[in-house]
Amino acid sequence: MATVNDVCHLVRSKNAGPYWVTIDLFFNSSQNFARYSQSEALGPKTFEQLFGADPALVRSFPVAKLDMVKISYARSTPQGGVVERDLHCGQQFVRLLDVELDL
Amino acid sequence: MAADDFESIVVLVPTGSLGAGAREDEIRYGIAQGAHVIATDAGSTDSGAAYLALGISKNNKGSVKRDLTVLMKAASAADIPIVVGTSGQAGGDMNVDWTRDIVIEIAGELGIRPKIALLYSELSKETVKAKNAEGRIRPLAPMGALDDATVDDCDHIVAALGPEPYIAALKAGADIILGGRTTDTAVLACYPLWKGAGLGASWHAGKIAECGAQCTVKTTDGAGVLLRIGRDAFEVEPLSTVNSCTPHSVSAHMLYENSNPFLLVEPGGVLDVTNADYQQVDPRVVRVTGSVWEPKPYTMKLEGASSGQFQTIMLVGIQDPVVLHNIDAFHDRMLGALNERVRKTIGAAAGDFNISLRLYGWNAVSGEKVAAETPPPREVGVLFVATAATQEMATQIAKACNPYFFHMHMPEHREMPSYGFAFTPADIERGPVYEFRLNHVVECDEPMEFVRTVWIDLALEEEA
Repeated sequence: MATVNDVCHLVRSKNAGPYWVTIDLFFNSSQNFARYSQSEALGPKTFEQLFGADPALVRSFPVAKLDMVKISYARSTPQGGVVERDLHCGQQFVRLLDVELDL
Repeated sequence: MAADDFESIVVLVPTGSLGAGAREDEIRYGIAQGAHVIATDAGSTDSGAAYLALGISKNNKGSVKRDLTVLMKAASAADIPIVVGTSGQAGGDMNVDWTRDIVIEIAGELGIRPKIALLYSELSKETVKAKNAEGRIRPLAPMGALDDATVDDCDHIVAALGPEPYIAALKAGADIILGGRTTDTAVLACYPLWKGAGLGASWHAGKIAECGAQCTVKTTDGAGVLLRIGRDAFEVEPLSTVNSCTPHSVSAHMLYENSNPFLLVEPGGVLDVTNADYQQVDPRVVRVTGSVWEPKPYTMKLEGASSGQFQTIMLVGIQDPVVLHNIDAFHDRMLGALNERVRKTIGAAAGDFNISLRLYGWNAVSGEKVAAETPPPREVGVLFVATAATQEMATQIAKACNPYFFHMHMPEHREMPSYGFAFTPADIERGPVYEFRLNHVVECDEPMEFVRTVWIDLALEEEA
């Protein structure tokens, strides 16, 4: 059993323009990258559950040279709305840390 | 650097954002390395729509003036141009003019007479609506088709410039170019593109250096980088001689604030770095090859900002264990009580209002339920945010809520509690909610279609 936190040495999030969030997961080994970067647990359903993202607007880009995967999703509400809690989305990665990857 | 006979173009990128702190020793080093141009970005949409909606800068005047003074002194002595993109944070006309006034002030103080080009890219609502009616504005996900009402809501609309207006101004002899909203990459790529450096290399170099020293190993140990751009390759070197770039630090920057790590859509094309190769050629320097530029029909990205409803806020700190031991129930009870209070005391006049309570120290950032076994925090800060159609109404709501926000008891309380306000008066008028309203591109007949170039030649003005 492994969580995102167990197999990544760096996980970070940031807005990519006012309408998108992008999360970078840097794995702690090539083995873990190969095993987990395309895991279903990091798929659109998880982003729908955790962030209210539209699953059709979740995009995953594995970057093998860096043993990382970038996952981008459309914000459920645009930046700076009436109930904004994280304007730059720099805290959004935290919700991913405990996601269980061995389904 | 280059194997062919093309002499590399040297671009000095002093900082990731004008006003963030250009360093004189770094500028000296870059000039000594033969910089042909100083190029810097001065803004971003990153910090929200207020700066475009209001036409104001995020960085204060003092810090922008300080950086510009350092750059103008060095560029004037070395006789090389300065190009600034997205002036004044948002790149609207007001943001450009704010920066222009600082440059003129500095020129007077330094006793120099630069020829200044101002590149405005703000669009009128009529222009945007007309283009939309022609079917030449396309939405980008997750947005839908643009309608006139959305255009009318915007306070300011800008189109992100490509390198062409900068190249035109450089050709016409500009010493300083202050651009409106511009893609981060275009402002760094314009000079090498003008001089015939490789398209893929120029654009990719621009992307890598857009945040200054962020593509280096010690991102806090230095402000800028130097780019040497050839036909098929470019090199990145930190301006701080104790800092270095590595293939990892450079390639990882393609990930930054970018939803796709391989493709970057720009005016007139797409940068594709899928097959880029990053090599350490010196302990401090990385060479990049394999960047590809694929030309596309010319489009410019539109950004529009509006001001909407108004907010008034209040803040209390709570250490009371009765609250902290049942904090979610406290939140729900408080929110219910406050909404009820507004309905009873203000009624229909409150209009379409919203009250939100954020429990800092508990779940303010996510707004999600906290796991059941989580122990209570030592204290929480409760931020009250009332949103309503006018500032007056938002404040009236806050004032109506104040006694409950201050004193609301839980069933376990033996007497009326008083929570810890941080300020008097308790309510703070925060102003409007600013939002970006556009995520669209406009198809252009040619790259200069939406650009207005204004010249200020201080040498001529002095003669006149």
